[in-house]
Amino acid sequence: MSKLIPSAAKLLSGTSITKAAGPVATTSNAKYSTKSESTFEIKPYKLHKLDKGPAQSATLTAEDALKLYEKLATLRRIETASGNLYKEKIIRGFCHLYSGQEAVAVGMRAAMREVDSVITAYRCHGWTHLMGVSLVGVLSELTGRRTGCSRGKGGSMHLYGRNFYGGNGIVGAQVPLGAGLAFAHKYRGDGGVTFALYGDGAANQGQLFEAYNMAKLWDLPCVFVCENNGYGMGTSVDRASASSDYYSRGDYIPGIWVDGMDVIATREATRFAIDYCTSGKGPLVMEMETYRYSGHSMSDPGTSYRTRDEVQEVRQTRDPITSFKEKILSNELVTPDQLKEIDTQVRKEVDEATKVSKSEPEVGVEELAGDIYYSSLEPQIRGVTPAAPLRHVEVVARK
Amino acid sequence: MALKSSPVLFGLLARLSRRSFSTSKALASKPVTVRDALNQAIDEEMERDDKVFVLGEEVAQYDGAYKVTRGLWKKYGDKRVIDTPITEIGFAGIAVGAAFAGLRPICEFMTFNFSMQAIDHIINSAAKTFYMSAGAVPVPVVFRGPNGAAAGVAAQHSQCFGAWYGHCPGLKVLMPYSSEDAKGLLKAAIRDNDPVVFLEDEILYGMPFPMSDEALAPDFVLPIGKAKIERPGNHITVVCAGKATDTALQAANELSGKGIECEVINLRSIRPMDFDTIAQSVAKTHHLITVEQGWPQSGIGAEICARVMESPTFFELDAPAWRVSGADVPMPYARALEALALPRAADVVAAAAAVIGNKIAEAAN
Ligand SMILES: Cc1ncc(C[n+]2csc(CCOP(=O)(O)OP(=O)(O)O)c2C)c(N)n1
Ligand SMILES: [Mg+2]
Repeated sequence: MSKLIPSAAKLLSGTSITKAAGPVATTSNAKYSTKSESTFEIKPYKLHKLDKGPAQSATLTAEDALKLYEKLATLRRIETASGNLYKEKIIRGFCHLYSGQEAVAVGMRAAMREVDSVITAYRCHGWTHLMGVSLVGVLSELTGRRTGCSRGKGGSMHLYGRNFYGGNGIVGAQVPLGAGLAFAHKYRGDGGVTFALYGDGAANQGQLFEAYNMAKLWDLPCVFVCENNGYGMGTSVDRASASSDYYSRGDYIPGIWVDGMDVIATREATRFAIDYCTSGKGPLVMEMETYRYSGHSMSDPGTSYRTRDEVQEVRQTRDPITSFKEKILSNELVTPDQLKEIDTQVRKEVDEATKVSKSEPEVGVEELAGDIYYSSLEPQIRGVTPAAPLRHVEVVARK
Repeated sequence: MALKSSPVLFGLLARLSRRSFSTSKALASKPVTVRDALNQAIDEEMERDDKVFVLGEEVAQYDGAYKVTRGLWKKYGDKRVIDTPITEIGFAGIAVGAAFAGLRPICEFMTFNFSMQAIDHIINSAAKTFYMSAGAVPVPVVFRGPNGAAAGVAAQHSQCFGAWYGHCPGLKVLMPYSSEDAKGLLKAAIRDNDPVVFLEDEILYGMPFPMSDEALAPDFVLPIGKAKIERPGNHITVVCAGKATDTALQAANELSGKGIECEVINLRSIRPMDFDTIAQSVAKTHHLITVEQGWPQSGIGAEICARVMESPTFFELDAPAWRVSGADVPMPYARALEALALPRAADVVAAAAAVIGNKIAEAAN
């Protein structure tokens, strides 16, 4: 990294962004000042049944850049903390880290509007946070504590938030559910678009194709987002998929391939997708090519089906955070100190939330039979023996 | 109120003599884990019959998500140990079709939770075809994988399907407990000409059990539909299967210290169910509890109790039979809640004491 930061820039410690008054230059040799905005080229998209794709370049303000960087850094940090909590045996069961894939969620979220909705699989910690759940809400769900967004009842695969419908443990199931969310947007006429995310492995589930068909038949405002991270558990894409051009696998649904390691590309593609879906053209497929650094879940070392060198190479050449950092620094959109400050802040916030996630208690045992039904018609729920009945409790306020 | 301890016999005593105790001698050559016993069973059957093949997610190159198929791909190659995409209904259908055509597929579900994606082929295609074809098309397929509770994986990944599949005519449903069960029953399942649902427990995979030389031999096969008395006792019959057997045996140990001797019956087979063994035991103990991890309503214990009600065994009971089961809730993630959602040894102890105590209380009236 250090080679990418002009040593002169290091001297800028403490300086704030200087707004450039004139037209924005995409290249500049003004080493000692930062610009207010910069334009970036995007790796060409691949299009399926589309005449025109998303913009091939995008402009970022310094503020945009800092915000995106902060989100990327936060998501990475959440996963570092999660990995540690798992190793400390505070997170139990499965724990699927998103490290390496941050640019997909961060870029998408940056383009999304309040009205849009999201559903994804179990690799959902970062998404949950981006959809508005606090760090404590996320991390203490992973540790199963009462401050968790699902009160500790859902665990790492079942996080929910406003317009965020999980957090799903059954591979592929979230995709028709996503089409259902889109159906509701259309039904209500609220102008919202649903993003239904799934992996390259999930991409082969039959129910995806059923959802594709109905979404197209009924012109649902649904973006089917395939996060192609190269592997479904220990199986590489070419061993699982007869065609690994996931963007074209909607056949009659237009598709776009996007460099999922570039947060600017994912943001632009999402903007395009929203325009497309809100213009009544029906669904779209987006393949985001990305990579997962960790094993499938914490118990998978992730080294038997790929080489350490492969992981290392992606980290060095395609890392979504490092590459974005390089871009915004070399364009002098931000200063190294600003990024360092963000890093420090993010680390501090995540560390604090981690502490809370360890120190909060679990919910009381009376919640074992809490909220099974919206309206339970029986006050008693059977426990493990006839002598140990539970009482159904309404924890969440009913309307 | 009168006790029912002088039962209407209906020939039960005559059948008592047929009761068989544990099949294995305690000459344990070595402890073998359930995982290794399953692996051995598959390996031996693949060796024995080239129509046997394995398919499922991660079964080949990754050696199985839970390593049950470890080494088999290396040994038998791509033709017979096949990694599938994550497409349960697709590969379950392919397995059933291959079985129609006379092959003997072992279809692994990474866990049985995912068999829900494929349940149509298990029930509508596998279970019913022999009947629908009037015997023209046998379906010798085995669906296997870990079932039931696993630790800390929450509602979608932690549930028992014993009752679900046990409900369906045309299926045979096995639930091994020990390594001997695992090996002997899996081999029987693979050789059987009917579709078999074989429900393993992730939590038991790593558990070592002594295996006799007899059980280690390649010709060791257990009969489908026969229960095993894991521990004889006179005071109360405890019927269980799979992981619940472990819970029941722990409880039996504890109860023994309190002077209550449990007869622990490991069902091994949910369908067909060895009700004779249960009836014979109840004729001796006059008390019954069932232990399972699944939900109570329409569960395995519910079925056992119903059969008791429908048979002369009813008259053998000195107290109402109780079910110890999973609590009637989806599985929570939080540790303390999860622990309360599943039957523990203490729950079995309490239930046994209550059922036996019921009799004492009643007798006092
Ligand atoms: C229906 C179903 N089958 C199998 C599994 C087990 N499983 C969990 S994740 C996974 C791999 C999914 O890979 P992919 O869709 O590429 O997503 P990624 O993990 O790479 O994000 C598998 C097989 C499951 N949870 N649900
Ligand atoms: Mg993947």
